[in-house]
Amino acid sequence: MKNNLFTYTLRIADDSLILGQRLSAWCGHGPIIEEDIALTNIALDLIGQATSLLEYAALTEGKGRTADDLAFLRFENQYFNTQLVEQQNGDFAVTIVRQWIFDTFRLPFYEALQRSSDKQLAAIAEKSLKETKYHWKHSSEWIIRMGDGTEESNKRVTDALNLLWKFSDELFYMDDVDAQLISEGIAIDLETLRPAFNERIAFVLREATLQQPDSKWKLSGGRQGRHTEHLGHLLAEMQYMQRAYPNMEW
Amino acid sequence: MAGKDWPLWEVFIRSKVGLNHKHVGSIHAADAEMAVENARDVYTRRSEGISIWVVESSQVFASDPADADALFEPADSKIYRHPTFYEVPDGVGHM
Repeated sequence: MKNNLFTYTLRIADDSLILGQRLSAWCGHGPIIEEDIALTNIALDLIGQATSLLEYAALTEGKGRTADDLAFLRFENQYFNTQLVEQQNGDFAVTIVRQWIFDTFRLPFYEALQRSSDKQLAAIAEKSLKETKYHWKHSSEWIIRMGDGTEESNKRVTDALNLLWKFSDELFYMDDVDAQLISEGIAIDLETLRPAFNERIAFVLREATLQQPDSKWKLSGGRQGRHTEHLGHLLAEMQYMQRAYPNMEW
Repeated sequence: MAGKDWPLWEVFIRSKVGLNHKHVGSIHAADAEMAVENARDVYTRRSEGISIWVVESSQVFASDPADADALFEPADSKIYRHPTFYEVPDGVGHM
């Protein structure tokens, strides 16, 4: 029998885990020390969320796996993050646009998840919401400054938007896993989050003097374990130490 | 990037226990909004502050160290500055 709660929790956890891993690569490479610290702070927040979520996922699976096993020992097609979060860091504009699209979704998502009938998910959502409010503010302020900045910053953020917008729709992906859990009051009907998402996107783009990309091309598959070519490379780096030295500890 | 486009700001943080903002250091930022965010990221990593003030360093006017002896001569040795010769009558309480 399918364990839908396990899959649902993994989807949320993997978004935080993979995006946290992506952001951590900026450590020591930020354009300026303050942003180096900002991005790594966000990475730590996300990895903290992933820890709580993976611990809960391991519990719901009930097969004796730990959060570490889930984080480091799965294969690509067993990760259920959206394709958005595995996209490469690129330049600062690409990283910020990826973050901004994600945060603009996560904010109403966590707000809603606080009311989940699953007490553990609700608690994690409540704690994570505070962090997400800050993440969203940080990435939105940057979109505005880059869009309404210099010619170069405007070009870079426009290119980044055109690159990543095709991955935004997958954030709202739902299937029978969600359907069953929604009927139990555990999961969120993601369609109800679209108005808030669209409104915030439009508001920030307006302030940033940017255009919403009008491409209708939508990619998906991550929620079912089908990923872009980037996830494999990310996991190879992330999992190397655990696979080379099983059960090693710091 | 830092320099004239990203001026230096002095950061003052008030922690949960305390009434005053303490100077904790400085950051670079392009504008006030970013300065508060950068200050939050750099200076409230481990312990919570509840209030952040940022001031552009160029707005801080400081005393000249060369004037220290003129400005800061302690007044302990000047007994005429201290009201120590009054006896507070009982019943007046704390003054």
